[in-house]
Amino acid sequence: MKLDSKKSAKNSKNPGDEAFKIICMVSASFIILMLILLFIELFHHSMPSIRKFGFGFLWSTGWDPVRQDFGAFPSIFGTVLTTVVAMLIAVPTSFVIALFLVELSHPIFGKVVGEALDLLAAIPSIIYGMWGLFVFAPFMQDHVQPFLSKKIQPFLDSAAAFIGRATGIEIGLPFFSGSGMGIGVMTAGLILALMILPFTSAIIRDVFKMVPSVVKESAYGVGSTTWEVTYNVTLRYGMQGILGGIFLGLGRAIGETMAVTFVIGNAQKVSMSLLAPGTTIASTLASQFSEAVSQPLFKSVLLELGLILFLVSFVIQILAQLWLNRVRKSAGGGL
Amino acid sequence: MAGEKQRDVKISVRNLNFYYGGQKALFNNNINIYEKCVTAVIGPSGCGKSTHLRVYNRIYELYREQRAEGEVFLDGENILSPSTDLLELRRKVGMIFQKPTPFPMSVFENIAYGLRLHYKLGKGEIAERVEKALRAAALWDEVKDKLNKPGMALSGGQQQRLCIARAIAIEPEVLLMDEPTSAIDPIGTSKIEDLVKELESQFTIVIVTHNMQQAARISDYTAFFFEGEIIEYGLTDEIFTNPKNKKTEEYITGRFG
Repeated sequence: MKLDSKKSAKNSKNPGDEAFKIICMVSASFIILMLILLFIELFHHSMPSIRKFGFGFLWSTGWDPVRQDFGAFPSIFGTVLTTVVAMLIAVPTSFVIALFLVELSHPIFGKVVGEALDLLAAIPSIIYGMWGLFVFAPFMQDHVQPFLSKKIQPFLDSAAAFIGRATGIEIGLPFFSGSGMGIGVMTAGLILALMILPFTSAIIRDVFKMVPSVVKESAYGVGSTTWEVTYNVTLRYGMQGILGGIFLGLGRAIGETMAVTFVIGNAQKVSMSLLAPGTTIASTLASQFSEAVSQPLFKSVLLELGLILFLVSFVIQILAQLWLNRVRKSAGGGL
Repeated sequence: MAGEKQRDVKISVRNLNFYYGGQKALFNNNINIYEKCVTAVIGPSGCGKSTHLRVYNRIYELYREQRAEGEVFLDGENILSPSTDLLELRRKVGMIFQKPTPFPMSVFENIAYGLRLHYKLGKGEIAERVEKALRAAALWDEVKDKLNKPGMALSGGQQQRLCIARAIAIEPEVLLMDEPTSAIDPIGTSKIEDLVKELESQFTIVIVTHNMQQAARISDYTAFFFEGEIIEYGLTDEIFTNPKNKKTEEYITGRFG
């Protein structure tokens, strides 16, 4: 009897509700389907390249379309390097910006800067690229890079020599060696930093705002300075949200294409110097695709690079999720 | 009861006025808080009890639009003077809030945090002081096996005692409690009340409460606030048995508030 009444209740549901539920479910499933199909497509079209080069593709540095010799290492190396430079600059800077906006600035000024940040996030990346190429790169070439290569590099060289003598291991620290041409890995990293700054700042700002004022008050109440409250309490309280913001920025930096392609120099080379031109996976794809259309292997190589980018982003998302879970457990609360 | 105590004045408030932007919230408050006593601050919602309390450690200054005028002497020194060292003031004048506010760290770290801010201590000394503070807050036996668990994993009452332990670990002289039991269940509340009575021998305690029985149970002195003014102040026994002001009488007999 009971079962029957339940069933009839279910049957008497509004058919509109049911239809809507199905539409929602199909839309949601579509996302998963897209993800799987994208992976299959990329994998399928990468097969010629995978068969030819195998895993060696990942660490090979060759790039000769005429002799049909390709390697992914310069692109992977450049992607990692530009992302690291961008994150090293953007994360601490956005942290300071957010701290200023929430805790220190006059509310009206904070609001104006906050709005400007949001506008900055809305600028298309091609604009950043053009600005980077025509304005920022010449500036780097004339003012920043000569300073780095002439004043800072000698320090690094003597530091390397010192470590070499002390440990007996020959190393080099040629991070700023060579004469910069304006465009290069460092310029790309800086442009990337500028591009992700609005995202990370806005998220960290929102997290700071969400920390209950009574928690901050009690931290001030035991005699903490603003910095101590922020560093020890606010930051920990909002750690999950902040990490989320950082990973969003990271994801954007890894995949950013146009701005980087404009300023990185697109050289299939691996150099330890940040002043040298290089390439990233995304900019290799963007700059080489027109040449590759008529060559099946070349095309397959680019698609395999795309597959690598896809997998790297995917793995980073999973690691981020695992890390967040750990942070959540150890903090036992917060946002 | 309180009559037997020494009556050294710990905090002396003179002509205190307080403003939220253009709105005046405290009118000419004058009061002497006595050392090593519990002073209860009672009154209907919005009468300025908490506002008054928040002047004693200048926590209101976190909000730009709030300002206080007048003088508040702590051991004879005007804490409202611009030259006051705020960090030292807040070490001397601890505060407990309506809701428990454990920091997002372990039970141990919650207390060690404040210690490290104010003292240069070795690892062993910190552990010693943390245990001492937890014992003083009657929490040690309940948490000694969970010192590494997050402070937020404790029950509400335990969290509040953790906050009290955190406050007394840095050896303050005054403890301000802003309705410390309003979010705590009855058992937790009675533990905190017992604790307040115990702590009275070491600290000067000022407690804001909505609960008349609580004020009667734990305090030596009671101040009745109404619309930003201190209407009546005196020994708790007298305020509750023989109030001089009609408003006070109406409030404690439950006719309004």
